[in-house]
Amino acid sequence: MPLEPRPDRPLFLERAAYRRRRLRDAARVLPAVSLLLCVVPVIWTPKAMSFAGGAIWFFAVWLAIVVLSGVLHLALGRQRGAERSDEL
Amino acid sequence: MSFDGLVFACLVYVAAMFLIAWAADRAAERGRTGWTGSPLVYTLSLSVYCTAWTFYGAVGYADRAGLEFLTIYLGPTIVFAGGWWGLRKLIRVARMHRVSSAADLISARYGKSNPLAAFVTLLLAIAGMPYIGLQLQSITVSFGAFASDSDALPAGLSFWLAAGLALFAILFGTRNLAADERHHGVVMAIALEAVVKLLAFLVLGAWVVWGLADGPGDVLARIASVAESPKAEGWTLKPDRWATLIFVSGVAIVTLPRMFQVLVVEATDENAITSAAWAFPAYLLAMSLFVLPIAVVGRQILGPEADPDLYVLSLPLSQGQDGLALLVFLGGFSAATSMVVIASIALATMISNHWIVPVWLHLRRPETPEARNMDGVDLRGPVLIARRAAIVMVLAGGALYQQLSGGGAALAAMGTVAFIGVAQMLPAMLGGLLWRGGTRIAAYGGLASGGAIWLAAVFLPSLGLIAAPPVPPGVDPQAFWIFTSLAVNAAIYIALSLLTIPGPNERLQGLSFVNALTPDHTLDVPARPGGAARAEALLTMARRIWGGDEALRFFRAEAEKQGKTGFLPDPSAGFLARLERRLAGSVGTATAHTMVAQVAGSGSTTVADLINLAGEAQRAKDRAHQLMGDQEELARTARRLQEANEHLTALSVQKDAFLGQISHELRTPMTSVRAFSELLMMPALSDEDRTRFAAIIHDESKRLTRLLDDLLDLSVLESGRAQLNMGLVNLHDLIDRALTSSGAVRTGRAFTVDRDAPSEHIAIFTDADRLLQVFINLITNARKYCDAPNTVLNIRARQKGRAVEVDFIDNGSGIETEKQLLVFEKFARLNDPARAGGAGLGLAICREIMTALGGSITYLPGQGGAAFRVIVPARPNAGQPGAAA
Repeated sequence: MPLEPRPDRPLFLERAAYRRRRLRDAARVLPAVSLLLCVVPVIWTPKAMSFAGGAIWFFAVWLAIVVLSGVLHLALGRQRGAERSDEL
Repeated sequence: MSFDGLVFACLVYVAAMFLIAWAADRAAERGRTGWTGSPLVYTLSLSVYCTAWTFYGAVGYADRAGLEFLTIYLGPTIVFAGGWWGLRKLIRVARMHRVSSAADLISARYGKSNPLAAFVTLLLAIAGMPYIGLQLQSITVSFGAFASDSDALPAGLSFWLAAGLALFAILFGTRNLAADERHHGVVMAIALEAVVKLLAFLVLGAWVVWGLADGPGDVLARIASVAESPKAEGWTLKPDRWATLIFVSGVAIVTLPRMFQVLVVEATDENAITSAAWAFPAYLLAMSLFVLPIAVVGRQILGPEADPDLYVLSLPLSQGQDGLALLVFLGGFSAATSMVVIASIALATMISNHWIVPVWLHLRRPETPEARNMDGVDLRGPVLIARRAAIVMVLAGGALYQQLSGGGAALAAMGTVAFIGVAQMLPAMLGGLLWRGGTRIAAYGGLASGGAIWLAAVFLPSLGLIAAPPVPPGVDPQAFWIFTSLAVNAAIYIALSLLTIPGPNERLQGLSFVNALTPDHTLDVPARPGGAARAEALLTMARRIWGGDEALRFFRAEAEKQGKTGFLPDPSAGFLARLERRLAGSVGTATAHTMVAQVAGSGSTTVADLINLAGEAQRAKDRAHQLMGDQEELARTARRLQEANEHLTALSVQKDAFLGQISHELRTPMTSVRAFSELLMMPALSDEDRTRFAAIIHDESKRLTRLLDDLLDLSVLESGRAQLNMGLVNLHDLIDRALTSSGAVRTGRAFTVDRDAPSEHIAIFTDADRLLQVFINLITNARKYCDAPNTVLNIRARQKGRAVEVDFIDNGSGIETEKQLLVFEKFARLNDPARAGGAGLGLAICREIMTALGGSITYLPGQGGAAFRVIVPARPNAGQPGAAA
């Protein structure tokens, strides 16, 4: 019986296209999340953000944005050839 | 380090940059654009965002306001994190339309409007020139940091500096008018300068953190200690300033002229953004990492009197690190020079494309149609000259500003002023890229209102020319004006967009921009006649701008696309659109549009073309409508023909019946004649028989003759060819004559006539013979057909109005109701024909006669016997009043 799904794995076809679309979603979400992370803490606790704690926070978030953005855009660049427009 | 040594170092450095730029340009000309097109170079070129402000001003800013300096770099970081979506689309659309500057983008989007481009250029120039002046200022000041008391800075340092930079910009920025407005040499040079900048700052930072301080922990502790110092108040972040500055710098990373140039115009393809999206923020992070440590350590070591803006130089100098100081100096120098070169090229492109060349074209507008092809005009020269003049203008403006301001303004403040100014482009640009409803008038409105607020509340007060307008208490002024200017700008933009309707060109451009569609797909207007001459004129014009080879290549490719050989394609709308876009790379969209329109007689799509199209569509509709009308009429005509056909068929049937009847009628007497003639030919015949037979033949012949006469009569009457002899006659006399004539008919029955003689004396103007014929017929009929044993015929005459009525009524049994109309038909006989001896045409003839006389004959029912009424007009002309007899 070849088409029976394995019990531990959900049956889902076309994984590649799905992943591509979720990549694009991630690319949309990243700037919004970055903005929130940079602005909201200052609104809530300006004093705490103004000195050493703030320096650590902002540079850490910044580094995270750079790394995430790098990963995302590399992945997106690879997928670009595979699929022209694939909106869902 | 002596001043001369510094100058020498600078010159060596600049020479190196020249060399690199020259080499890169050569390679690009030969088609080897591998290095210049690489994502690494692209990302490094974006570093032109970090100017002398980054080197000197950032430290000063951090010293005064703590972490707030991060906003200048966090904004771009966030924008680039979304690079895949926003920036990629921007680059794609801009490349599609061969946009040469930010002003060009906006002008192209809103219908290729040159006045709008000129307006945007004005705004950007006002914001940009002081910024350039500040770079010159910072270099001058940095020289001063090295000066000991004996050295005096030579006068005119800024002038020489500006002149040198102008030369560099002209040499590498205006070498030729590339169709894509890319400057490979300059980009390469600033990419290398970016490396120098980064290196210098990183080395300095590392030295400060690990050399002067005791590592990151120590630095953090020192930063934390600021919280208890008097500076804590200034360092406390204010959320409104924080948010608005992040926003404004995020916008500025795209709208600053130098940034638009390197980010959009110099981009080789839209996918370079995928590496820049993370690499550029990484660069910014690296450049910002050591700012706060340097500020904190610097203040602690150098004390409060030292200028914080110069900590990066004075710190190493104070510690005897001359080499490091020189490196930092060069870093700052390269930061300033790269900014000035790119900014002046970008601004000069806008000024020449949108101010100088359009005015020049307008002044040179050909008077006669023959001069339209601009044969005698070399366009490349003037455009290049305009570009170079603009560079000189821009640098002169910057130098002038620097001199006039006396170098007193704090560097950081001016930077943000410029940011707020260029941020006013956001509604028009963003709306243009995302919303098809954005209109040109709205762009004007938004830019004008935002620009005005910026000028009045931010720019002029920063120069000290006017006092800043008051803001609500407790609100930070800068944040307030950032918010207000952009809010008013956006509100007016949206409101006007909703209220105004764009022209056709604008709508096409809007469709193309928002949907990132190549404009060719949007409208297909066929070529107009007279193509070859125009194509040649266009080729001449293109040659003058691009040079012969490239123009010929382009035209040949276009001709091939149309399936033609040779170099002259048909000036179809698609070809003109592509030509315009290529030209736009050299002279700007609006100018290219004007030039093509002047030479070819029209641009890619004009309102006239659209109206023509609409007119043709209308004509086609009218034709279709007309055809439908014709169709209906055809249907009607067909129906009428059908009816006529049916009528004719019926008549034909009638005629056949008539002919059948006639032949029958004619045959009967003929048979008798022939039979008795044969009998007459028998030899033994008594005289008595012979006489009898002859008499019969005679009678039958007479009958035949009568029949034929009647037929002829009827035919004449029916065709209307009857000749009427009109005359005045007395009715009484007529009736007398009729009675006399019909007296010859004897039936063996008694026949009396009942007349009222006195009433019969009526004068009638009519054809007497014909009327007589009718009377005779009626009286004879009464004699023959009345079945009463004593036949009495009543004749009554009276005058009714203009007509005379004569009734003939007998006392027989009358005619049955069904047959009352039938008696007037031809060959209609009510009883045995042999007995009557007539052909049955009598009454038919009577009817025709009465019709010819203008009267009628009808059967009167209910009179007891057969009754006929003859109505004859007393006078033939009904208009005259009838005279009573």
